[in-house]
Amino acid sequence: MTGFVATAPLASPHAHSGGRVTWVMGKVMLALAPATLYGFWLYGWPAIHLWVITILFSLLGEAFCVRLMGRRAIPVLMDGSAALTGWLLALSLPPWAPWWLGAVGGLFATVIAKQVFGGLGQNLFNPAMVARVALLISFPVPMTQMVAALPLGSVGAPDFVQGLRITLAGMPNYDAVASASLLGHAKTELSRGIDLVQTFASANAPALSFIGARTGSLGETSALLIAAGGIALIFLRIITWHIPVAMLLGIALPALIGHAIDPARYLGAGTHLLSGAAMLGAFFIATDYVTSPNTRLGQLVFAFGCGFLTWVIRTYGGYPEGVAFAVLLMNALTPAIDRLIKPRIYGRDRKGKPMELPEEKA
Amino acid sequence: MKLLSYFRGEAFQRGVHPPANKLTAGTKIRRLPFPPRVIVPLSQHIGKVPRPIVKLGQEVVRGEPIARTDDWLSVPHHAPLTGVVEFIGLRPGVRGSWVESIVIRAHPGATQEDLWGQARDLTDAGSSDILQMIWDTGMVGLGGAAFPTHAKLTVPKQAKVHTLVVNGCECEPYLTCDHRVMIEQADDLVQGIRYGMRATGAGRAIVGIEDNKRDARDAVEAAIKRAGNVSEGEIYAEMVPTKYPQGSEKMLLMALFGIEIPAGQLPVSLGMVVNNVGTLAALGKLLPAGRGLTERVVTITGPGVAKPGDYIVPLGTPLRFVLDYAGAPDVDAKQIILGGPMMGQAAASLDVPITKGMSGVLVMRADDMALQADRKTYPCIKCAECVESCPMGLNPSTLGMLAAKREYDRMGAEYYLGECFECGCCSYVCPSNIPLVQQFRVAKQILREKAIAK
Repeated sequence: MTGFVATAPLASPHAHSGGRVTWVMGKVMLALAPATLYGFWLYGWPAIHLWVITILFSLLGEAFCVRLMGRRAIPVLMDGSAALTGWLLALSLPPWAPWWLGAVGGLFATVIAKQVFGGLGQNLFNPAMVARVALLISFPVPMTQMVAALPLGSVGAPDFVQGLRITLAGMPNYDAVASASLLGHAKTELSRGIDLVQTFASANAPALSFIGARTGSLGETSALLIAAGGIALIFLRIITWHIPVAMLLGIALPALIGHAIDPARYLGAGTHLLSGAAMLGAFFIATDYVTSPNTRLGQLVFAFGCGFLTWVIRTYGGYPEGVAFAVLLMNALTPAIDRLIKPRIYGRDRKGKPMELPEEKA
Repeated sequence: MKLLSYFRGEAFQRGVHPPANKLTAGTKIRRLPFPPRVIVPLSQHIGKVPRPIVKLGQEVVRGEPIARTDDWLSVPHHAPLTGVVEFIGLRPGVRGSWVESIVIRAHPGATQEDLWGQARDLTDAGSSDILQMIWDTGMVGLGGAAFPTHAKLTVPKQAKVHTLVVNGCECEPYLTCDHRVMIEQADDLVQGIRYGMRATGAGRAIVGIEDNKRDARDAVEAAIKRAGNVSEGEIYAEMVPTKYPQGSEKMLLMALFGIEIPAGQLPVSLGMVVNNVGTLAALGKLLPAGRGLTERVVTITGPGVAKPGDYIVPLGTPLRFVLDYAGAPDVDAKQIILGGPMMGQAAASLDVPITKGMSGVLVMRADDMALQADRKTYPCIKCAECVESCPMGLNPSTLGMLAAKREYDRMGAEYYLGECFECGCCSYVCPSNIPLVQQFRVAKQILREKAIAK
C-alpha cells in the first residue's frame, strides 16, 4: 500500500525505491533472452551446451573466490552479476566452440577479471570482454572457427546427444559446416588484394541480413534482436540512450566518411553497424555500469571512443572485429574520464568555483 | 523563464519521484483534544536556549510567555495550556537525549482559550515593528527547519529584497499539513504574506505550489481575490512540476525562476526571501491577535494509524497522547517517523513531545518494518542512479566509496560534501541499498568537528 519499501527508522531516508542489484542484472538477462533463444534455434544444441557450460563455470569461479575469502557463496551469486558475465561471454564465443573454451573463459572472467580486483563493482575492465580477449589471443583457432547456421530441426542439425558430442569432443566434419563471418571474410579478401566491391559482388559472400542466419557468435547473429533487447533496457530505465547512441555514432561516422572516399577499401556504415558485435557492444557491453563513467557527458565521450576504436581496429588492425579491444581500451580511460568530467554542482561552475552574483538589476 | 522550464520539461535538475501517499489530502483539519500535560523542550531551534521565566508551581495562562532569551537567533516559548508548572528539568527530547523542559499540567476545568493575547491594529506598523512582533510570537519555520522566522525575514543592511517566495511545495510523501492550511486557512495565509512583504520590503510575493495540489492553488487564488486591494501581479500562485526535494528553497527558486543561488550565498543576495506557507498562515492569524505560537498543524498519518488526518496539536503534547487519539494505541517507537519518510527522524520514544518544527508523525506497521530485515546491502555497482538523482549535482557514488575508506578530507575538499543538504535521494534510489546520505551525515559531522578543532 505504501508503494515503496519502508526501512527501519534509524536515520532518514526511511523510504527506498525498492530497486535491487539482482533485479537490475535480471532485467539485463531478460533483455538478452530473445537474441539468445534465436541463436539457440539457429545453431542448435551445441550452442545451448556451450552457453550452459560458460555460465556454470563463471558461477563456479565466483563461488570459489568468495569461499576462499571465507564468505558464504550463495548470497554473492544471488546478485546475478556472475551469471550475467557468463552469459555475455557465451554470446561472444563461436557457437560450436569446444566446452573447455567456455569453461576457461568463464573461470577467467570471474576469477581473474573480477574477483582479483575485489569483486562486484571493483573491476576496472569488463570481465566478459577480458575473458574473450584472453581466449582470442591464447586460442586464436577455435575462437575464430565459425560455423554456418544449422537451425534446430533442419536436416543434418545435431540433436541433443550429437550436440553434446560436438561440444565435449570437438567438431566432427568441421569443413562441412565451416563459414566465415562477414567482417572476417572482408578482411581476408582485402589481405589477398581483392577489393570490397569485388568481394561482395561474388556469389559466396556472407549474407548481410538484419535478422537472418548471419554467421558469427550468438550475440552477433541478430542485430535486430540484440538492438530490440537494448531498447527494452532503455525503456526499463536500466540504461540510458547515451552510451548506445554514442558508440554506434562512433562506428558509423568514420565508416560513412571512409566509405564515401573509397568504397573499395572501406566498409559502409550499415555494414559496420549490423556486423560483428557492434549492437551487442553498444547496448550490453559498453553500458556495463561498473566499467563506464558515471556522468552522462562522460558516458558520451567514453562510448564514442569505444565506437571509434572499434572502427579503427576493424579497418586497420590485424583482427576483423574490434569491439572487445575497443571497450577494454576505453575501460582503462574510465577513471580518467570520471576525474575530468564531473557533474556541475548547484551554485558552482564546472571547475567548482562559486558562481558570481548577477549584476544589480536597474 | 517559464518557457525555458517548459522545454527543459522539469522543475529543477535531477531529484526523485517517490510515491506521494498523501492519504490525508482530502481530510479537513481537526483539533486534537488538550492533553492532561504538555512538555515544552526549551531548545527547539538554533541560537541560545531560552531560559524559563516561570517558577515551579506557578499558574500559567495559555499563551503566556514561559521562557525567553535576548539572543536574536533564538525565540521565546509560550504556555500551550492553562495550568500549573509541574516540573522544570530534564525530559526525553526528540533526538533521544534528555533536554531541559517545562512541564505544565492542565487545569481540568479550564476552557483553554487564549486569553493572554490582545488584539491590535497593525495598519501603521513599520518593518521593524512587525519583525519585533514576529519575534515575540516565538515563530520558527514550521516546514521543519525551525529557523527563527524574524531572523529569516530580516534583510541585511546592504541587501534589498524584491520578492517574497512562499513555499507551498510540501514535497515530502505523506505530509499534507501545508496542503490543508493553504485550502482552509488561505485568508490567514494571504494576511501573513502581507506581513512578510512589509517586514522584508518585498514588492511581490509568489506562492510556489506543486502541481499535485491544484485545489490549494485555487484556494489561494480565491483568497487573494477576496482580500481585495491586491494590485495585479503583487501576490500570485504558481504551479511547479511535482518532484522531490522541491521544498528545498534552492530547488524551488530554480523551478520558479530558473536561477541558482551561488555557492555560499543565501537567496537574499538575489533579492529573495523564502518562507513556508504554514509559517506565514500562522503569522497571519497570530500577529493581529497579539498571540504567541502555542499550537500547530501536524499530519498524523501512515498505514499504522486508524484515523489519519491533519490535526491542530498543542505544542508539547506527548506523542503517546497523539497516537492514542489518532488510533494507533499499541505502536512501538520503532514504527514512528517524525516528519516525512525522506528527511524525518526516528522517534526516540513515545514520551517525546510535539515541537514547533514537527510537521508530521508517520506511523508504519510492524510488518512494513519486517520487510526491511531481509534487505541486503550490496557493493556499489557504479550504476550512477545516485548521480542522476542528486539535486545538488554531487557524486554520491564516489563520495560513498570515499566514506567507506574514511577519506573525509577529500570528500569535503574535492567532492564538495559541504553542499549536501541531506535530502536522501541517493539512498532512496541506490539498488545496492547503500546508506549513502547516512554516511554523509557522519562525514559532515566529522568535518565540522575537525574545522572547530583547527
